[in-house]
This record gives sequence, structure tokens and C-alpha cells, in this order.
Amino acid sequence: MAVPVIDVQDLRTYLVTRWGTVKAVDGVSFSVAEGETLGLVGESGSGKSMTCLSLIRLTPRPASRIVSGRIRLDGDELTSKSEAEMQKIRGRKIAMILQDPMSSLNPVYSVGMQVREPVSLYHGLRGKSLTARAAALLAAVRIPAPETRLRAFPFQMSGGMRQRVVGAMAIAAPPRLLIADEPTTSLDLTIQAQYLGLLEELQHQHRLAMIFITHNLGIVSKICDRVAVMYAGRIVEMGPVRQIFKTPAHPYTRALLDSIPRLGARRERLTAIDGQPPDLARLPGGCAFAPRCPKVMDRCRVEAPPAFPVAPGQTSACWLDAPA
Amino acid sequence: MPAEPVTPDALPLPDVQVSAAREARGRRLPYFSLGIVTLFVLVAILAPLLSPADPADQSLRNRFKPPVWMEGGTAKHLLGTDRLGRDMLSRIIWGSRVSLAAGVITVLIATAFGAAMGLVAGYYGGRVDVVLMRVTDATMSFPVILLALILAVTVGPSFTNVVVAIAVILWARFARVIRGQVLTLMGLDFIAQARIAGAGAWRIITRHLFPNTLNTLVVLLTLQIGYVIIVEASLSFLGAGIPPPTPAWGSMIAEGREFVTSAWWVSGLPGLAILLVVLAFNLLGDWLRDTLDPKLRQL
Amino acid sequence: MSAPAATAPLLEAADLTKHFTVRRGALGWSTGIVRAVDSVSFRIAAGTTLGLVGESGCGKTTTSKLVLGLEQPTAGAIRFEGVEVGGLDRSGRRHYRKSVQAVFQDPYASLDPRMRVGSIIAEPLVINERAGADARRHRVLELLDLVSLPGRAGELFPHEFSGGQRQRIAIARALALSPRLVVLDEPVSALDVSIRAQILNLLRDLQRRLGVAYLFIAHDLAAVAHMSHTIAVMYLGQIVEWGDADAVALRPTHPYTQALFAAALPIDVDDAPEAPTLTGEVPSPLAPPGGCRFHPRCPHAMPRCATEPPAPREADGRLVACHLYE
Repeated sequence: MAVPVIDVQDLRTYLVTRWGTVKAVDGVSFSVAEGETLGLVGESGSGKSMTCLSLIRLTPRPASRIVSGRIRLDGDELTSKSEAEMQKIRGRKIAMILQDPMSSLNPVYSVGMQVREPVSLYHGLRGKSLTARAAALLAAVRIPAPETRLRAFPFQMSGGMRQRVVGAMAIAAPPRLLIADEPTTSLDLTIQAQYLGLLEELQHQHRLAMIFITHNLGIVSKICDRVAVMYAGRIVEMGPVRQIFKTPAHPYTRALLDSIPRLGARRERLTAIDGQPPDLARLPGGCAFAPRCPKVMDRCRVEAPPAFPVAPGQTSACWLDAPA
Repeated sequence: MPAEPVTPDALPLPDVQVSAAREARGRRLPYFSLGIVTLFVLVAILAPLLSPADPADQSLRNRFKPPVWMEGGTAKHLLGTDRLGRDMLSRIIWGSRVSLAAGVITVLIATAFGAAMGLVAGYYGGRVDVVLMRVTDATMSFPVILLALILAVTVGPSFTNVVVAIAVILWARFARVIRGQVLTLMGLDFIAQARIAGAGAWRIITRHLFPNTLNTLVVLLTLQIGYVIIVEASLSFLGAGIPPPTPAWGSMIAEGREFVTSAWWVSGLPGLAILLVVLAFNLLGDWLRDTLDPKLRQL
Repeated sequence: MSAPAATAPLLEAADLTKHFTVRRGALGWSTGIVRAVDSVSFRIAAGTTLGLVGESGCGKTTTSKLVLGLEQPTAGAIRFEGVEVGGLDRSGRRHYRKSVQAVFQDPYASLDPRMRVGSIIAEPLVINERAGADARRHRVLELLDLVSLPGRAGELFPHEFSGGQRQRIAIARALALSPRLVVLDEPVSALDVSIRAQILNLLRDLQRRLGVAYLFIAHDLAAVAHMSHTIAVMYLGQIVEWGDADAVALRPTHPYTQALFAAALPIDVDDAPEAPTLTGEVPSPLAPPGGCRFHPRCPHAMPRCATEPPAPREADGRLVACHLYE
């Protein structure tokens, strides 16, 4: 088996706030291979964004800290690297696309200047060859008339265009791992479809490993190979997408799938999940989903379950799936 | 979220604990500035009881007595005497009345008028807003001292003139800031909801907009009191403020101007009083802003 | 779901139009007209839900503002209970106000942070009715119960509640005057996925119990299809398709509707309908294309689409504005 591009073992990132210690990431393990897309699904507070920020060590300072765990990029351990070494990795080896295209680009610089920046940094190009490469990147993200667009400013572009520019900057190196944090949430539906197609194409071209963060299971179905469902800082279920959506093992995954309206389903009541998402500063002992779980047992409230294998490639962190 | 003190788990991470301590410190009361301001207000109110002597009492025999801790000082005049032999401590105590009254009255007038203008301009927008803001801009560009001097020359210096001169220009700053805040509030859905429920302009402005600007008003108000005290002192220094014989810190500084090297306390002590009081108000205003700022408050 | 009854609809929009003039410069020269809503017609029957879908710039937000009376139409009319709203006198307008309420998207901006929840819910009553404080208190408790919140919630402030709970408060406030129509503008988009089902279920239950009609605007097409009896699809200020919810969602006829619902991405990949991904950007409402506004992006465009705007026609039990169906 080839070495995965990114391999995370038992990652824990805690934040100290005035309301207590928040275990934002609490023992997360996963790996992503070249050319593979892992979907990270969860609601607000599930830890999906903090997990990815931990990979590039950009969690909010000074309140947060990677408490324990290993992160290996192509076999190279990241947690022990200095800040200077991490700066060489960010953008070059691991790139990240964020949600809001309005604030991802600097409004006072032209698009060309912003795309040139990573190219000159990573490839040392100057002058005409730099401009040519920048235009080529814009063409790669299917922006029409790329040479003229280099002189445009972000406010002259639509949200979808801006996300493409952000995408162009992200693949400038090209990186080994691309993390996309809800990049299509603020885009229109038809533009979203175009953008997802673009990401798939870029991944294929550059053999990228990709982590796609979203709360939209439809997007996961379309472009992810595997999915990890997160709840309160832990991965509760992980495995191939079709398998998980057809036969979910964890009660949270099942409840989530049942609660989402689907086109074409009979128009009955949706099966809602009781209660509220957990307060991360005051997690109950045991399984974090226990207060809302329709299948809760006594053991769940006392002891948090580890991940158990339930099918080839699929794990579920639930006592119901413990081997008999 | 309840405001409980931080008790982090036993994490062996020193920098994490340092940040927790820093957090806790920020939420303490500002004892220094609160203390000075309280002292100032009490002294001003209780001046007749606290003052050891009549501030107007002249004694040419006792001119330029230094403060008690210097050579030649006496316990009878703890802070020394001025060029007419009047007790400095009493004059400073009585002078605080003028400063407090000027500060509070002027700021209250400016706040009331300025907030009203800001609320109306922000709510109605359009032409009303444009006109009111042009008036505000014009007002803000007029120098306070010049106006006070003009009044002093034409109508004669008095406490009322000081208050009028400052308030008439100060309101503009309030109007600008409140208008900005109102514009932000107008974009929030709960205003649209009030309209949908049938609320009219009066109800929206008084019941919804105004209470949500209170935090800003309190901060601004506190910060401006210090400014007004300085302006009043400047005006009194120039002779365009409170006329003698009423003791005012600014005119006291003016009286001791020529004797700075020989009898520094005549100008120095009232100057120190102004410094402490204005500093206290500014620190208090900063603390209020940090505490009441909506970005920190749980929305 | 059966088609809406043939009796007079609760609310009817007839050729509703709203143009905004864009002004620039110190003296406010007019530099263009945004045709936000252009000759839009639809009906909502009492006790039913009309779903309004479309992307940015399509005009659905402006339409909702017109229905709520927050904007006045440039042309066209809204008829409520058979009576034209534009020509109402003061008491008529007040009656309309009380009958049409709204719930908005952002649960953190729709409640005044300085008021207690009880006062927030009671405010429409305070403004519009002469009832005493006791009657109001009773009604607030009734409304809190309707949305499954405890009575003591009335004493608390909004910041003590979660997003989903705040939306319940907003719904309680919207129902205070017993309206006949509630405009729901993205009521669950800002909520966590696991909470959305709770709120959607609540809304449906309330419709069943109270007979209130909804104008449901959302970009989550599956949620719209789930909640609505009829769906209207808007593009650049016009309605391109309108009909029974299931029909429009599962068997869309207009090319834009087809692309839109295909982009909605079902969870089960096998369910994905076949439709090409649209190219190009959504045009600006300042300069909509001539003829059929969708023609530059339409995979089935014909020469006449560039010059002749299609009129809405009956096809397959619904209205479609497309030359393909003439």
C-alpha cells in the first residue's frame, strides 16, 4: 500500500476559553491517499474546520493548542516542525480554500497581483514568464480571457469567479493536499455545480489528495470517495460514501440521513433529531451523542466508544457496533 | 453562557495557563479610574463641607506659602497659597465643582441633542440624512475655542457661555457616531419585523433603535467628559471662561503663569488635578468600551 | 398533493413589477434600472404553501418584500382576499398588515437583543390591539406553547437561546396576530442540519392546525419541494415555471428548472437526474439579455429565443415560459 498523502493519528486540539476547556478535536484519525477525496461532514461545533486548521497549524492563538497526536504528510511528521518550516509547507504542500469568496481576496490588489504572488514564491519566476504562468493558472480554472482578467479587481468579479481565482492560487504550487472548507456554500446552485466539476478536474490533473468540508450530504455524494462524519470533536463514522449513505451504522449518521428532505420522497414528516447540538465546553462523560440518541444505552453515558469496524473500510464509534 | 471564572483542566502547558490569567484580569473593575472619578464627584458635591477655608479669603501676609511637604510650608495650608494668599486646597476643592458641572451639563446637552439627530438621520435616510449630515459636518468644523472667545467678547464670560459654546459644537460628534450605529441596526431583521408588525417611526426609534445605541452613548459620553473639562479649563485660562472670583482650575493655572519657577504649585497643582481627572475619565471610558462593546457581548 | 382549489385564492399577484433606479454621483443621476421583479403573477390558496425558488438576482426577495408591503410595486397589483391591496384605506391596510407576517433567515438579527422574549412576541399585539396586559400575557403563553417552548422562556433574553429556539420565537411572534399568510424567507438556512427538520416539522404542523398559508423561499430545493404544494421558479425577475410541487421538482419542463434541480445534488447518486451543467454566470439584473432572459445559457436555445420573450403557457398541467412548449 502506498504511503498516504496525509495520515492523522489520534489528533487532539483543545482551546482554553473563559467558559472552560473546549475539546474542539478529540482523538481524530484518518488518512487520505493521492487522488482521493475525503468528505468531512458535521454541523457547527463538530470540529471539522478545527481539524483542518490543525493540519496546517493555523488554529487561533494563543487559546488553542495541539495537545497530542501525529500528522504525517507524505511520511513527514508535521507536529514537531517549527513555525518557519510550517510556512514552507503551507500553500506549497498543503493548500486551503475557504468559504467566503468576498474576503478571501484582498480588495485593493488586482487579481493578477494576487495570483502572481504564490507563483513567484514557489517557482521563483519573474517578468513575462511569471505573467504567462499566472494567466495559465486562470485558464486552468476556466476563467475566460485570462490575460485581460489579470488586470481586473475582485470587486469586478462575481462570487463564482472569485472562488475560481482562489482555486487558481491554491493549485499554484501544485500542493499535495487540498483542503476545501465549504467553498460552495455561498455560491448559487448552478454555479456550485460548475465549481465542483472544476475541483474534480483539478484533482484529477494534479493527482491531489483532497479533504472537502461540508454539511451538505448531496455534495459529498457527488465528489467524495470516502466520508468521515464528525460530532463534538470526534469521528463517529467513516467509510466509502455509497456504503455509508446506503447502510449507515452510527445512530447519528442514520438520524441525519433521515432528517434531510429528499426530492421525490413521499411528503411525510421528517424524522427530526431531538435536542440541541452539544455545548463543547460542557460535554457529558461518555458518548457525546448520548443525550440525543434514539438508541442510547446505559454504557453510552459512561464510556465513550472507540471506532469499531462494521464493514470493509467502514468504522462506527458506537457501542451498538461493538463485537459481541 | 454564564460568566464563570476559568478553571482549565490540569494541562501541562504553561502558555495556555498564562492566557487564562490574562483573560481573568481583563474583567476586573478599573479601580484606579473609578476611584478617582468617584473622589472627584464627591469632592465637588461636598465642597462646602470639605473645604478647610473660604477660597476667596485673601491674606497678603501669607502669599506664596509652599505646600506642607516643602520647606516653609504649614499645616494650615496643606497645598500652600497663591499670590493673594488664598488657600490652594480650598480653591482646588471648589474648582472641582465648576469642572464637574461644566463637564456633566455640557455633555448631557450634547448627548441628548446629538443622539436625537443621529437617530433621525439614520432612521429616515435619504434627503433628511444628507441635510442633517451636512449640518453636522459644518458644525464639527467650527473651532470651540473661537466660538467661546466670540461669546466672551460680545456677551461677557460666564458659566452659561462656556456650556453653550461647547455643547453647540460637541453634539455633532455624537450625531455622527450614533448615525453610523443606527445605519448598522437598520440592516438587522428585527427592525423590519417591527415594521411588519405595524410599528411607526416613533416606536421603532424609541423602542428599538435607541436602547441598542445606549452602550455606545455611555462610552462616548464618558470619554467626552474629559475633553470638556480640558476645554473649559482652556477657556478659563484664556479668560473667556468662568470669570473670577469663582475658583476654576483653568484660571488658577493662568494666575500662576508668571510664577512657574518660583511658586510652581500655584499653576502646577490645579494642572495636576486636571490631568488626574481627565485621565481617569478616559481610562473609565476605555474600560466601558471594552466591556460593553457588542463584539464581546454574547448576542 | 391535489392542486389548489378553484375558489378565490387568498393572495394573488397580477403582473407585479418592481424597478429600482440606480443612482450615482453627488446629485444622484440615474445610471440604470434594475428590473428586480418584472410582470410576475402567481396565486396562493388559503392554507397552502407556495415555494419560490431561484438564484441570486432572480427577484424572490423583492417579491417577498412587495407581498409584505415593505416595498411598493412600480406596476401591477396584489389582491388579498379578492381586494386590491394598493387601493386600501388606512383600516384596510392595517387589516392587511395583521394578516401577512414574516419569519426571516437570520435568527441572530431578527430579535431585538435588548427586549425580553415575552415582549418581543407580544409586540405585534401591543401595536395593533387594544387588549389588556393580562390578555396579552395569556396569548404569549399560548404562542410559546404552540412552538413548543416553555412558558418561562418569556422572561429570558434572546442571547440565552440557540439558533433553532430563536427561530421558534420568531415563528411565535409571526403568529401573534393570527395571520392568514406568513412569508418564510430562508427560515432554516442558518440553522444546523439536525435542527432544520424540527423547524420544518413545526411549520407543517402549524399549517395543519391553524390553516395558515406560507410563501416559502429557500435555496434548499428538497426542503421547498417537501414543504410546498405549488412551486414557482424565478429567473432574473420573471417566473419561468409554475405548478404543482411534485411535478415541477420531479418532472421539470423549463430548461432552467431542469438545470436547477439537477444542481440540487441528491444524497443517493443513483437519483441524480440527467441535465447538463449550465455554463456562464448569472447575468446582472441591470442588463438582462433580450428575448428570453435565459437564452445565453440555455442548452436548447433557438434563434427566436434571442428576440422574442416567451409568454407563459399551459403545458402538462402547469405554466411554462419557454418557446419549446408552444
